[in-house]
Amino acid sequence: MKIQIDSGRCQGHGRCYDIAPGLFGDDDEGYGQVLGGGLVPPGQEDEARLAAANCPERAITLTQGA
Amino acid sequence: MPVDDRFSQDFREAEEDEPVGTRSEIITGPVSDWATDFSHLEPEWSADPYPIQDELRQRCPIAHTGRFGGAWLPTRYEDVAAIAYDTERFSSRSIILSNFRPPRDLAPIGGSPPISSDPPFHHDARKLLLPAFTKTAVHRQEPATRAFCHSLIDAFEGRDVVDAAHDYAQHIPMRVIADMLGFPPEDGPQFREFVENLLEGINLPPEERINRVGRLFDYLLAQVNEHLENPRADLTSYLLNAELYGRKLDPSHVVGTMALLLIAGIDTSWSAIGASLWHLARTPRDRERLVAEPGLLPTAMEEFLRAYAPVTMARLVKEDMHWHGVDMKADDWVLLSFPAANRDPAQFDQAGDVIIDREINRHAAFGLGIHRCVGSHLARMELRVGLEVWLERIPAFTLPDPSAVTWAAGQIRGPRRLPLRIR
Repeated sequence: MKIQIDSGRCQGHGRCYDIAPGLFGDDDEGYGQVLGGGLVPPGQEDEARLAAANCPERAITLTQGA
Repeated sequence: MPVDDRFSQDFREAEEDEPVGTRSEIITGPVSDWATDFSHLEPEWSADPYPIQDELRQRCPIAHTGRFGGAWLPTRYEDVAAIAYDTERFSSRSIILSNFRPPRDLAPIGGSPPISSDPPFHHDARKLLLPAFTKTAVHRQEPATRAFCHSLIDAFEGRDVVDAAHDYAQHIPMRVIADMLGFPPEDGPQFREFVENLLEGINLPPEERINRVGRLFDYLLAQVNEHLENPRADLTSYLLNAELYGRKLDPSHVVGTMALLLIAGIDTSWSAIGASLWHLARTPRDRERLVAEPGLLPTAMEEFLRAYAPVTMARLVKEDMHWHGVDMKADDWVLLSFPAANRDPAQFDQAGDVIIDREINRHAAFGLGIHRCVGSHLARMELRVGLEVWLERIPAFTLPDPSAVTWAAGQIRGPRRLPLRIR
């Protein structure tokens, strides 16, 4: 699974790095960033889905099988 | 080093004596029909706005009122979101609905940047503030906030009933923002007066409102001058030194942003902490579960923010237009009710229920789009620490007299009197 943040939509609510700090971090202005190139390590798929489902701006995309 | 003389003369003297803008007739009194005559300032609304919003969402999803010179109230999530994202057609040049519309040329900066700003200026003014309000940056305030919360509860010693809004919730954001701006902590009671004047005195005569805003700006100018003499590592000195487009900020920008940080940071978090404690006091099942399972606090907090979102913003319509089935006129107000959006059943399962382990909660309590609350990470820290300390120290508490609870009227809603029995 791969995760991506659409930087045009992200407004820095920070829900992703609150919920899944192993997969997302923040930059100097609080906008979300994917960690580790956006590859979700096995076993963390649920966390990734939860982060995406809680983004108020719908800025996170999950890609299966990547 | 050149002397900073931006504040040697009161910048307000350069402006017109009488603000140029449009005044509308002040209309108060009971609402005849919420679909055609709504007012968020009437007691029925502040006591419990949710049944009104739910009914409107079914019957008339974009309500109107002739009060305030004309205003709209969308109650569906999709309409609230669409307006929040549409900065082309809806201006932020005034975000507190009143009987006075500031002149159009106040855009795109507005009186308190960046909340009052439109693109493209908005982005640049906001960028100045973002680094100070990241999750990492506000984390530095946490130990002092926690110690302060404990000191507030220490002061309850010997009392059976305390006012959780007045004696606890309000003090937390006041202390935190005073520390960040570098204002004397003992000035807290004055901040409360400023907040009430700006956010709750909406239907007062315009002269009185102008006088009250004047007192806030007098206070802020005194703080500016004190910081010019004694610069230090706080947000006031930061704003005084900040540059935009190669020069220091206009005095009105500095003071307007200080006003924003002071006002927006207090009433809102105070309301969120108070509403959460109110819910837990009247819902023993949730209180007991949260005390037994502190790991639920992250989802519980988000659920309290959804169900009791304290903040409603306002916009001004830029041009006459037909919008989602209604005819909006230029300079009509729009109330951007994040609380109503957060209870839309089209967006949330069991929207009217408070579910403290709700896993998927895409609520809009901190807004949507470019104006996402810049202090949201700070607010979440204050809410989390405020609840953690309370629940740790006072795990059992009840609401002895529900009718004694009072709620703020206006765009920021939360308990203002909240007597709780703590032993």
